[in-house]
Amino acid sequence: MAWNALILFGVLATSLVASAVIFLLAESRHTTRSVFNLAAAVLKLLLVGWIIRGVYQNAEYELRFTIIDGVDFILHADALGMMFVGLSSLLWLFTTIYAIGYLEKAPNRSRFFGFFSLCVASTVGIALAGNLFTFLLFYELLTLSTYPLVVHRGTRESLRAGQIYLYYTLGGGALLLFGVVALHVLVGDTEFVPGGVLSGLDPALHPLLIGIFLMMVIGLGVKAALFPLHAWLPMAMVAPAPVSALLHAVAVVKAGAFGIARLVYDVYGIEFAFSLGLLGPLAVAASITIIYGSVRALAQDDLKKRLAFSTISQVSYIILGISLFGPVGTLGGLVHLLHQGLMKITLFFCAGNYAETLGVHKISELDGAGQRMPATSVAFTLGAFGMIGIPPMAGFISKWYLGIGALEAEMHWVLGVLILSSLLNAAYFLPILYRIWFRRRERLWCEEKVLGRFETSGWLLVPTLATAAFALIAGVLAGMPFSPLYWADLIVSREYLQ
Amino acid sequence: MIGLWSVPLLFALPLALGILSLLVTPAWRPRLIFVGLPLLVAASADVLAQLVLEGPRIYRLGDWEAPLGINLVADGLAVGMILMTTLVASLCALYARVYLRDYPASSSFFWPLLWLLWAGMNGIWLAEDIFNLYVGLEVMGLAAVGMVALRATPQALAAAMRYLLAALLGSLAYLLGVALLYATYGTLSMAGLQEAASPNPTTHVALALIILGLLLKTALFPLHAWLPPAHGGALTPVSALLSALVIKGSFYILMRIWLVLGPEVTPVFTAQLLGVLGAGAVFYGGWMAWRQHQLKQLVAYSTVAQIGYLFLFFPLVTGTGPEAARLAWDGTLMMLLAHALAKAALFLSAGNLILAVGSSQISHLVGISRFRPMSLFSFGLAGVSLMGLPPSGGFTGKWLLLHSAILSGQWWWLIVLFLGGLLSAAYIFKVFRMSFREGPQIDRSITPPLTLDVTALILASAAILIGLTAHLPLFWLRLGSPFGAG
Repeated sequence: MAWNALILFGVLATSLVASAVIFLLAESRHTTRSVFNLAAAVLKLLLVGWIIRGVYQNAEYELRFTIIDGVDFILHADALGMMFVGLSSLLWLFTTIYAIGYLEKAPNRSRFFGFFSLCVASTVGIALAGNLFTFLLFYELLTLSTYPLVVHRGTRESLRAGQIYLYYTLGGGALLLFGVVALHVLVGDTEFVPGGVLSGLDPALHPLLIGIFLMMVIGLGVKAALFPLHAWLPMAMVAPAPVSALLHAVAVVKAGAFGIARLVYDVYGIEFAFSLGLLGPLAVAASITIIYGSVRALAQDDLKKRLAFSTISQVSYIILGISLFGPVGTLGGLVHLLHQGLMKITLFFCAGNYAETLGVHKISELDGAGQRMPATSVAFTLGAFGMIGIPPMAGFISKWYLGIGALEAEMHWVLGVLILSSLLNAAYFLPILYRIWFRRRERLWCEEKVLGRFETSGWLLVPTLATAAFALIAGVLAGMPFSPLYWADLIVSREYLQ
Repeated sequence: MIGLWSVPLLFALPLALGILSLLVTPAWRPRLIFVGLPLLVAASADVLAQLVLEGPRIYRLGDWEAPLGINLVADGLAVGMILMTTLVASLCALYARVYLRDYPASSSFFWPLLWLLWAGMNGIWLAEDIFNLYVGLEVMGLAAVGMVALRATPQALAAAMRYLLAALLGSLAYLLGVALLYATYGTLSMAGLQEAASPNPTTHVALALIILGLLLKTALFPLHAWLPPAHGGALTPVSALLSALVIKGSFYILMRIWLVLGPEVTPVFTAQLLGVLGAGAVFYGGWMAWRQHQLKQLVAYSTVAQIGYLFLFFPLVTGTGPEAARLAWDGTLMMLLAHALAKAALFLSAGNLILAVGSSQISHLVGISRFRPMSLFSFGLAGVSLMGLPPSGGFTGKWLLLHSAILSGQWWWLIVLFLGGLLSAAYIFKVFRMSFREGPQIDRSITPPLTLDVTALILASAAILIGLTAHLPLFWLRLGSPFGAG
């Protein structure tokens, strides 16, 4: 047990220590910093792999100490949490590699990488949190550690975006705090337990529980960019590309979606949430967000903004899956948590590559990019196909299970939402692909740079191709052990058999 | 034998050092801390050890019984305050030793005043009767006024004058209240009052005078006007000492007297009124802090706001159930300790930022995050605690207060905690926003000595750590209190 707790702590500590060391290193020590950062990321990944193996074999990983009477700090590794930890630590490694290349010769790298590691530590903390208190702790830490990254460039625009980001996230965090305290008053320390802890309460309290649920979903929905709480996300795209990629496509929005999953499965319990009638409205909110995000994405000419609206839409698939009552819907939602992460980070990496190498930020300037940067463009195409849901990409698997889940839950209108949204996805991704591959370049590139031997710097290219390959493999080999689908299936069996 | 001496030593030693520092040449005065600080730290540690091992105790000075002699009580609350004072004041003293090298004229008087202030505070924490509380209050107040005047500029003298008037008026009102109580019940000791006090007009008038006097000294809204010029305009280590510790002295007395008089004497209406004033302080102070252009004025108004949270204690503890009252006690003390640590850290790091850019304007901090990351990091850590975001003492305190408010069904205080947190985020991030901006007015900053950065960082880290390890300090603080668990 002691060893297991230590390993669990190690997963958190690798990025915390990395962050502290990076802050203390002088700005000019670039090589030391990079080596240390990558070593920490690799070590973390190894530890995570070890724990995933253990969780699969039903080993217990837990670390707890008392903060105040009746409130414990708990880290606990379960199947659902480890899925999110696995995703974050895998993508942390790739994004670190990418960021080293992306920020070459940029100022303030010490500050950037320090806060970047702190963000990953918070994300891992969110995933491993064993009760609502610990979750809240890391959820707020994530807000604080992402702010310096959003405003990293220090321009008027990024400071403005940072301010909007704070308005939303701090307001949401405060609402969440109330919900957490209120639940604490009702049932004491709210540990995450499959099946939830609230179903035994007096029925007279049910209206109150519905109110608390609403408050907490709003608090979490801010980070998950649920409509109408999404406005911060497109603005935050002024941040450097690795920040948009890891944090806004993966860590922050997923922290919100993951929180909603925890709330529904492990605090309220899916059956109790269903019996309170909470799932229907959640599904409607998610569906509205899916359609709204896609429609807004159509109108964007800025590549990163289009991807941002696409994120808003895609993250709500996860929430839609959570709100479908039944194991298959859950499976679809959870597996999308991983799939969307892999695909969206690929797309953001590609957008960063285009911007860094060619100076292109707008879709209308992408004509002929496929010829100049074929590898990046292939990765982009794979990611886009995945988002649309074309087999055998990972996105197809998600949509397939969501569809079947909707039928099982007898919510047929959800199918309509899925089809409409796939059409919209195609409508905003295919024109980009058309421009990349089939339009000829007639003008010079905005600011073309020659970075290394390949079409762009290897630091930028390798992570892009790696995540694209993962997104492809996750779809093609979905039936294999330890694929995202396999792991989501394991979670579902543990959640529903309680 | 040391056990018997460490309690009286806690105020005898600072007094002795104060006198000694007047006898030696100015150059020697700062060096006395190398004798004083280790002894005071040892005495504080010893008092804590005795509390933990033997429980709360009452010491009779010279073995005289109460009416003639002076009783000192070292219960959990007193010991907690002593440790807070020792930690914050020691670090401020180390900071001041380096900082005041640029102010030789002020430096020579700073040291005697510091020891006097320390003696006054320790006297307050340990006093068992309401008259000795008055003596401590007066000593502390006069030393504090002297420290504000140290800068000797016209503004500083005006601020000190205002502070002096407020302090004298406050202690006068308090003394009148004490005299009324003594005339009615014939006792000054807390234990005696606890037995004798009954609700009657005289007691209520006395209570009203005591409350008014102490509110003025604690600078609770709307009696706060003297605080921002005094705290914001003083030398940096003085600002830290005043904001972190001195205002806690009068709050502590009010808290003690309120609990001693008990629920029969203390009206719920007054408790709610104190809560409402606290809420006013949170909103007004937060709003004014956000509007400031000078860094230290912002921090000073932040103190006005944070005092407000402490006053939520009264409505949450009066007329509520035992569980809600215990949570209010825990939460208020957590807030108090966290504020002491965080505010001292905030003032010290603000002082470092001002030293670095050579200007106290917030707008001159443009791009400072590139040059002074460590000062800014301390400022940020302290800010996290003041905003009540986890993981920090401010968050744990807020959590406990929220819990208490929900449990006692007083949901309106939730709104205060909610909006107060957002307001403090607004003014803390106002500073950050500026520091991240990449503007033209940079590329030139002075590096302050390392001691200045390190002391601020230690205090800021302590404000964070106390939130994560709150269990133990809260347990100690409850020893010997009405909420005690043995």
